[in-house]
This record gives sequence, structure tokens and C-alpha cells, in this order.
Amino acid sequence: MKIKLQRSDKIFEYEVPLNGVTLLEALGYIKENIDSTLAFSSGCRSSVCGSCAVRVNDKEVLACAYKPKDDDLIQPLRNMPILRDLAVDMDRALAFNKIAKAWGLPKEEALHVSGEDAKRNELQSDCILCSACFSACPVYSVNEDFIGPFALTRSLRYVNDIRQKDIKPTIEAIQTNGIYDCTLCNECVPVCPQGIAPKQDIEILRNKSGIMGYLNPNILAGFDDGLNF
Amino acid sequence: MVDVLVIGGGGAGLTAAIHAKKDGANVALVSKTYPTRSQTCMAQGGINAAIGADDSIQSHISDTLKSAQGLADEELVGILCEHGVDAIKWLDKIGVPFSRNKGIAQRKMGGASFVRACYAKDYTGLKILHTLYDQCNAYDINMLSERFLIDLAVIDGKVYGAYLLNIKTSTVELFHAKSVILATGGYAKVYGKHSTNHVGSTADGIAAALRAGAKISNMEFIQFHPTALKKSSILISESARGAGGYLVNSKAERFTDELASRDKVSLAITNEMQKGEEIYLDVRHLSAKFIDEHLPQEKKLADLYENVDLTKQLIPILPAAHYTMGGICVDKNCTTNIQGLYAVGECANHMVHGANRLGGNSLLEIVVFGKIAGEAACAYAKKEMPACKVDKHKDILSQINTNPTVDFYKRRAELAEIFYTHVGVKRNEQGLLEALEYIQALQNELKNMGVKNIKLAYNTELAEFLEFKNLVLTAKTVVLSALRRKESRGAHYREDMPNKDDNFSTDTICYQENDEIKFP
Repeated sequence: MKIKLQRSDKIFEYEVPLNGVTLLEALGYIKENIDSTLAFSSGCRSSVCGSCAVRVNDKEVLACAYKPKDDDLIQPLRNMPILRDLAVDMDRALAFNKIAKAWGLPKEEALHVSGEDAKRNELQSDCILCSACFSACPVYSVNEDFIGPFALTRSLRYVNDIRQKDIKPTIEAIQTNGIYDCTLCNECVPVCPQGIAPKQDIEILRNKSGIMGYLNPNILAGFDDGLNF
Repeated sequence: MVDVLVIGGGGAGLTAAIHAKKDGANVALVSKTYPTRSQTCMAQGGINAAIGADDSIQSHISDTLKSAQGLADEELVGILCEHGVDAIKWLDKIGVPFSRNKGIAQRKMGGASFVRACYAKDYTGLKILHTLYDQCNAYDINMLSERFLIDLAVIDGKVYGAYLLNIKTSTVELFHAKSVILATGGYAKVYGKHSTNHVGSTADGIAAALRAGAKISNMEFIQFHPTALKKSSILISESARGAGGYLVNSKAERFTDELASRDKVSLAITNEMQKGEEIYLDVRHLSAKFIDEHLPQEKKLADLYENVDLTKQLIPILPAAHYTMGGICVDKNCTTNIQGLYAVGECANHMVHGANRLGGNSLLEIVVFGKIAGEAACAYAKKEMPACKVDKHKDILSQINTNPTVDFYKRRAELAEIFYTHVGVKRNEQGLLEALEYIQALQNELKNMGVKNIKLAYNTELAEFLEFKNLVLTAKTVVLSALRRKESRGAHYREDMPNKDDNFSTDTICYQENDEIKFP
């Protein structure tokens, strides 16, 4: 099998004499047998650690869950600095979790959570932080401070948690460079290996924000323009 | 200079960091991978706590001691189980999305007298890990990733920090700290492709502790999971057998009690394999609906790695190295024999698993002892005055051979095969001596190994070579310990000495002195 890898600004071709293996196994073969300088990230090999997301023919996949075909083009994720080859620096992307204040803010007293309550954020808490959605998001080409899909899904995880003492800090944190900067283009949805839909989560967060009295700045801006004709 | 430096970003490290910070310490957490990518995310089954109406802490204690086969410490097992209930309450408060029925959902794991393992779908470890990570953000803990532990900075038996390789730049950084907590995980990757573990389980903390003069113990005890996929060693969780899956040989005959403890099932499989049989997991008799609901991961992984549709076909499996019971010697406060140095989680030996870990006890261990370690390190740092004179520029990289004549990747794969064959589920004197001879030859050959890649930016070959050196050192302690334990107990099965011997109801403790592994 012949696969193409983008390394820095060049595309290299490798012949991998293995069949039916995952892309991650193919990358391991190249590193151990052809070129030890190749860099990529990996961890669990079973799609839970989120280390090995790359782009194949321009679509984000987990290398451990994808079987490569002849002439596939493998590239690093977008919207993040490339450390080397397919390995990207996640520091800045992960920092958006903190900017979004996506964390548990527990009540003093323990609370009974029903099965139904638990369903409210079960899917959002399946996130493995692989950054496929972050890479697919086109907003970063115009706003590099956008809090982004995975951090907003994480916000909803905690906003929808009945154990949360106060959801206001999280909601407040995602008003600027957050929920209203999303264009609802849906690019983040099909690439999620966990079947999460960040775009939908963002729409829910918009509704919740509206109910809590936060105003959509885009609508306000449009309104102002309207009066200035 | 920080009060507490936590090395390792899995569940143990994150918990320790949170509790040290809560108690007022200035904390930094460094890890070689991003915290949410740590081994902890792979734990599926659950976390044990006696919260059920019929269950009791006493029952949890006695199940744990029984499984440990005389090598656990009763006081420490007591601490683990008694704190279990509070640990679950704490995880629940901070937002771990446990599955629910009447309360937190629990499942029965092998060796447990009651339904005791609290779970979050098949993602218990993942969801605990991510929730802890979010708490670290809430506590504003400084987390620095892509930092590989090279060595601890220790002078006269006291720790002053650690030397870390910044993998992004290949520069060595010295982190000064009043206390250091090692939470670096286990050593199952010495078995390479015959391990279910994350690629990073390479004993970095245990090896660094050994080099710094720490004592380690019970390294010969390695738990083999009975059902890993044959080609990839990807784990097929115990729940497949719990739900009624069979183990069968090439003649489609069942040959063992599928629900016995992991050591016994792995041994039965190995015996069968030695008769020339191939071994399969059979779940074809379970309904498709049941499989979709309860074993979706298994279905996906069997298809991906073995091209098998498990609703219609047998799944080829093998036992694979899954959890390492041995580790750095610690007391009930997670203190090592080096002043200011603490160890927690799989890299430590908390004396709670003994000869065989009970499923569901390792997630509990990292939360219970993570808290204890964080609080103890913080208390120590508060009274300990900084007074340190460690070399700022410990030059490690110039000692790396950049014209290697021996390929360490080949040796890494060989070591894995030799370990799986001779230091695996079944061991004997002759095989262990062969493994020892191989490791000694490998140690002599290390000078001819190194890295071909001399670029500084994100040189993963360099990090993997350093990991390999840690594996070689750790492998030696495993073989030497296994040779000394002339009996069979729990996960350590000697076919030449198949019975338990009360003369060996003690820990196998070792340390390194002048490049020699010594047993006091």
C-alpha cells in the first residue's frame, strides 16, 4: 500500500507492505522501519485517548480507527501549530476549556441524580478532546480567539448538569468569542468520532443564554445598522 | 520553584495536584502527554466502592485481601476501602457523569462478593479523567505537557525537583520543587505489542526513582488480562464474559470457568495454547440487540483489528499484560524512602493489590491515594525550607549516541517477545535465566544504540529511546524478582514451583546501587 504524508511543506510517499491495518499501525511501521524521524501522536490505539487525530484526504479521522487505502493523503490537523510532521501543539486549543470555564462547580450538598438527569449531558461527556472538530472549524481563519466547538460542548456538559451550583460563570464566559462567533456551518459534526454535535450544543447554549438575558451581539449590531441608514 | 511538582497527568497525578492546591500549595503538573490522553482514559469497567445497600466496607476489604493472596497490607487495604465511599461522593460532586439507575449504577466484577463497581458506560476512566482535568482548570493548576522525566534531582537522599526533557524543543529543563509526586504509571509496555496498555506505560517514574536510590517492590507481579485481541492486544473488556461470553478452543470446546479471576483464566488459556490450541471468545449466542447496547466498543474493535463480526464469528484472543502491581515502595502517606519524594498510582506499590489486583480497585486507588499524596506533599512543602544546590545544566543529551549501530526499535520488539515468552503468564527458572541473559546483553549493547534523528524540534525518537532505556532497567528488576520468588502466587505462576509457599509471604524489595540491582 502506498500512502502519502505531508511533512512540513512537502509530500512524501511511503510503501507500506501491510494489509488491513489501521493508519496508526502503518505510521508505526514507517517510523520503525523506514524513517525514524517521522513524528505523530498516539496513545491508547482504541479511540478513547484522542491523541492520533489527523486529516485524511482533507477529512479529520482518528488514525487508530481508519484503514488507509492506496494514495491516501495524510496531513496534520489544522488551526494548530505543527510541532513536526503530523504532531500538533494542542496547548492553545486546550486553553479554551479554561477560557470557557467548563468545569464542575459543585453544590455544598450532594444531590440525587436520576437516570434522566444523567442523560442530559451523557453525550457531551463522551468527548475525548481529539480536536477533530477544532481542526474542521472554519471560524479560526477569521477569529483565532474563537472558543471553538469542543470547549463549547464541554460548557454545555456542565451547564446541563443538575449538580452545578451556578451556571452563570460558564454562560458568561462564552458570550465573547464564543457561541455567537460560530457560523453554524456544521463542519464540526460529521468529523466527531464520538457522534457529538458541537453545532447543536452551541445552539442550545444560545437559547439558554437568551433565556438568562444575554443578548446576541450580532442581532444588536444588525439592529444598530438598521437605524443608521 | 514550586511547593509541589506533580509528574504525570493521569488520574493519580491530577487528583494529587487538586488536593495539594486545595491545601494551599503552589503546584505545577508536568506530563509527557496531554493529561486527558493518559492511561487512565482506558479504564472501562468501573471504580469499586461499597455504596450498595447490601454491601459493606468489610466485604470490600476481605475480597481485596483474598485476591491479594497474602501480599497486601491490611491497614492500607482498610484505608483504600474505607475512603472508597467518600471518593465516590467527591467524584459525584465534581461532576463525574456516572451511569444511573436508582443511584450511581454499579456492576459486578470478577472476585467481588457484591455489585460494587460504579461505572459511566464503558468510559469510566475517561469520564473520571476528564472531570479531574476540568477541576485542575478550575483550580488554576499550571499544567505543562510534552515534558518527559529524565531524572529526579536528589542530593543526600532528599529531592529538590526534576530534570525534564521538553519534547517540543529537546531542551532539558530543571524544575525546582520542595516536594515531588511521581504519578507516572506502570510498566506493562515492557511486553510491547503483548500489552493492552497505552504506548506511554514505560516505567519512566519507576526507573528514575531507582536511579535516585528509591526502593521498589513486587515487580514480578504483572496482571495479564485474559481477553486481548490476538493481533493487536487491544482489550476486550471483562464485561463480554460477564454478559455470558464463552472461551473456546479450536475444537469449539469450553475449557475453563470464564468468570474466575484474571490470573486463573489467563493461566487456563495459556495451558490450552501450549497444547497447540487457538483460543477464541464466543459471544455469538448473545442477541444482536444486547451486543449493540452493551458491547458496542468490542464490536467495533473486533471488526477493526481482526476483521471479525462478533455477532457471527469467533474472536481470536490472547492474554496480554494489563496492569503492573509492583512499583515504588511507599507508606500509607505515599512517602518513599527519599525525603520529599512521593509516589502514587500504578507507579507506586500501595500494598493494596498484592499478588493480584481486583478489577475496579485501580481507579479507586488513584483517587484515594491521589488525595493522600497531594495533602502529604503539601504539608511537607509547607515546613520544608528551600535550600538547593543542584546543577542547573545537567547535560543529558550530549550522552546520546547519534551514530547508532544497533536499532533500538528492533531490540524493543525482541524484548517484548522474550518477556511474553519467558516472563509471561507462566514462568520457570530456565526461561527467566534466558530473559536475564538477554537483558544483560542488552545493557551492554545500549551504548551502541541511540537516535538517528538529531533534529531538536519534537524528536519523538529521542523520547522513545529514553523510554526504552527505562524499560530495560525495569525489565531487569522484574526478572530478578521473579527468579527470587520460588513459588506460585496470584499473577506470578512458576510452572517449576506451582504451589504457594508461606516462606514467600513477604514483599520482594530491591534498589539500585552502583548500577547493580540489590535485594536487601
